Amino acid sequence: MKLNAKIPHGPLEEKWSNYKKNARLVNPANRKKLDVIVIGTGLAGASVAASLGEMGYNVKSFCFQDSPRRAHSVAAQGGVNAAKNYKNDGDSIYRMFVDTLKGGDFRAREANVYRLAECSVNLIDQAVAQGVPFGREYGGYLNNRSFGGVQVSRTFYARGQTGQQLLLGTYQALMRQVDKKTVQLFASHEMLDLVVIDGRARGVIVRNLETGAIERHAAHAVVLATGGFGKIYYLSTLAMGCNGSAIWRAYKKGAYFASPSWTQIHPTSLPQSGDYQSKLTLMSESLRNDGRIWVPKNLDEQRIANDIPEQERDYYLERRYPAFGNLAPRDISSRAAKERIDAGYGVGALKNAVYLDFSKAIKEQGQNKIAEKYGNLFTMYEKITGINAYKEPMMISPAAHFSMGGLWVDYELMTTIPGLFALGEANFADHGANRLGANSLLQASVDGYFIAPYTIANYLADQIKEGKISTNHEAFDKAEAESKLKLDQLLQIKGNQTVDYYHKKLGKLLYDYCGLARNKEGLEFAIEAINKLRDEFYKNVNVTGASDRMNAELEKAGRVADYFEIGVLMCYDALTRNESCGAHFREEFQTPDGEAERNDTDFQFISAWEWPGSLDKEPILNKEILTFEFVQPTIRSYK
Amino acid sequence: MKLHLKIWRQKNREDQGRLVDYTLDNVNTHMSFLEMLDTLNDELIRKNEEPVEFDHDCREGICGQCGVVINGIAHGPLKNTTTCQLHMREFKDNETIYIEPFRAAGFPIKKDLKVDRTAFDRIISAGGYVSVNTGQAPEANSIPISHEIAESAFDAAACIGCGACVATCKNGSAALFTSAKISQFAQLPQGKIERNARVLKMLHQMDAEDFGHCSNTEACEVECPQGISVLNIARMNYEYNRSRFLKSKK
Repeated sequence: MKLNAKIPHGPLEEKWSNYKKNARLVNPANRKKLDVIVIGTGLAGASVAASLGEMGYNVKSFCFQDSPRRAHSVAAQGGVNAAKNYKNDGDSIYRMFVDTLKGGDFRAREANVYRLAECSVNLIDQAVAQGVPFGREYGGYLNNRSFGGVQVSRTFYARGQTGQQLLLGTYQALMRQVDKKTVQLFASHEMLDLVVIDGRARGVIVRNLETGAIERHAAHAVVLATGGFGKIYYLSTLAMGCNGSAIWRAYKKGAYFASPSWTQIHPTSLPQSGDYQSKLTLMSESLRNDGRIWVPKNLDEQRIANDIPEQERDYYLERRYPAFGNLAPRDISSRAAKERIDAGYGVGALKNAVYLDFSKAIKEQGQNKIAEKYGNLFTMYEKITGINAYKEPMMISPAAHFSMGGLWVDYELMTTIPGLFALGEANFADHGANRLGANSLLQASVDGYFIAPYTIANYLADQIKEGKISTNHEAFDKAEAESKLKLDQLLQIKGNQTVDYYHKKLGKLLYDYCGLARNKEGLEFAIEAINKLRDEFYKNVNVTGASDRMNAELEKAGRVADYFEIGVLMCYDALTRNESCGAHFREEFQTPDGEAERNDTDFQFISAWEWPGSLDKEPILNKEILTFEFVQPTIRSYK
Repeated sequence: MKLHLKIWRQKNREDQGRLVDYTLDNVNTHMSFLEMLDTLNDELIRKNEEPVEFDHDCREGICGQCGVVINGIAHGPLKNTTTCQLHMREFKDNETIYIEPFRAAGFPIKKDLKVDRTAFDRIISAGGYVSVNTGQAPEANSIPISHEIAESAFDAAACIGCGACVATCKNGSAALFTSAKISQFAQLPQGKIERNARVLKMLHQMDAEDFGHCSNTEACEVECPQGISVLNIARMNYEYNRSRFLKSKK
């Protein structure tokens, strides 16, 4: 299939308004005759469900958590970007567009990125109107701070709980529609499969996680806003339930999967302390505004951090990237930490961390000021580690965090299956090969509040003639039967290993061979090893309980079964990209001083993978060539 | 270290439920409480027994999904901490730990340690929002809010909806949760217009959900992971009386 990104014509700054000007409309009287299913209730899912409900469409909203308010957007801490230029420091939509494009290593679409920056301004207005308590100046106006990868203050924040507050804003908007009965809410439901009829997305098969009941739901359009799949690494900053199952099952129904190997490794997570560990906790990147990152200069340093004198500390980010220093973008900072840790300079019991030191900031600004800015993070750090970071430096380490990859979507956020839309982290758009800090909340919200309501309406405009979609179609029978079969298959194995055992093994393979650094040999090995592990899983996993009741092990098993397949595709994707860019660092392609070497001549495209119909066949690579009309790709230097 | 666990097992909403004894031999003190339960479940699955179902997701103290009663205390012995942020270094070798679900009439038990907290969602949908449509909001800085008010509203907005306040209250009252949302919006200019209607609708819904009344024991504040203040309840009562007064004057 030839990929058509459907980018509107015209100057960059007019593309989105041109699109909106020409988009088709649905008569208000007809909207209640059109059904839309939204999977996921994070910032993207809840905002699009609330918006469409408010417009008068019939919306069904699903989430696997017990309440929409618990979606993982809740955990984002640091902030959300917007080109408001409130600080008068030279910010503008254009500058934010350039920063984001450059931050993504020129592997994103210009038109999408410009639209992201353009809509960022409205998001702050929207959130403030909803009562999101952003940080304020004493005069009553909104405050900003700066974040990794940029040199202006464009990040709005609500203490260290920006994600929570934005999510509560959109959750409340959603619940308001639930009360008005424009949105029907199905919490504790998991999507098992997508139903495609005559090439169009027409519904979903879901499992009620409390009763085990399998249900069919039909609609004129289906929206996947299911977040990222970084939990594939097992140890990650993500919530335990984050998964790639919905988008993966859509991929197997014909939606292309773009750039799966670009998973961001976040530089400021807490380090792993033991094998029992289930997740890595993220410390907000905003800490890098005031914290300085260093490791000892001496190999085999035995002294505690506070006893190591200034001249014996290596502030390696400030040394290597003087222009950006501790605010260097995430991929650069993560890799620089890995480089020092691998070279033997790591700190902590497992020598797997670096210091994040606030002593200078506390001396200059006072502890109260630092506590006001980051107090909850310091408290959280102490709860987990037992260490008071006002007195000694924090220890941080890189951890799997955000999926830049996801379902391929065009400018309308529609996948290659007509009627199937993917929003927020579930799609691949906007971030390129690396996401700048404070852009994830932004993209999810902007997709849901400002973009999809127009583009979905444009799609629905000619769907009114279809009438009510029935769940009696044989495509529903087939999808339901296949879903049930899959559940039964997992329950019947009755082996002697747990689901988590396999998840941990898979995660380790991916971290070692398709993590912060990759090479051809390792990726080829990983593909084979993952397939072998997958075979073993299907012979030897033990899923207790039954499918007709609540069963968390069964939920996990289904997700891990999908992770094996996603993991292989990640490795294929990384293997075909003979360059280093953003989150993808191929060891064969680096400069003599260890920086990523991008290859724009051969790899200025988005890899959009097509399901070949069977796991025995290799996935099919389709390319969306990226053209840069307005900004010429430059070497990304933060020196 | 070695631990003796007494865990509430209940097959479904109808089952009576009972405490079941388990022993764990090798608990690492750096583990989180939920990782300790993971370890137990790993053992149970290997013995082909059904693992203990418990609520959890983000495991970093913010999603509000986790929550059990540990030795009679919601979220366990540490102050201002969710269960996922409680670590085993807080317990002693050979200790016996009682692990039970959050109990309240408004929170029916679903299975083992999992409870149904959807009543909270219904309280929010009854009025816990600002009625602004999406897409066309006014310029953000056109609504100045003083730093102090924004911070005070934030203190209330920080509630994560875990339900510990209800579980720890002898009356099973949801006053702290409900008042936090009322208090956030009552202070902000965006929420003021609806303040009378909001407090009446939310309190009506709270009563309809089988939550008990607040009798000011302040146990909720003590167990709240976010340190939400009972002053919010005072504000809620003020808002309620104010709205009743305004209503009767009409």
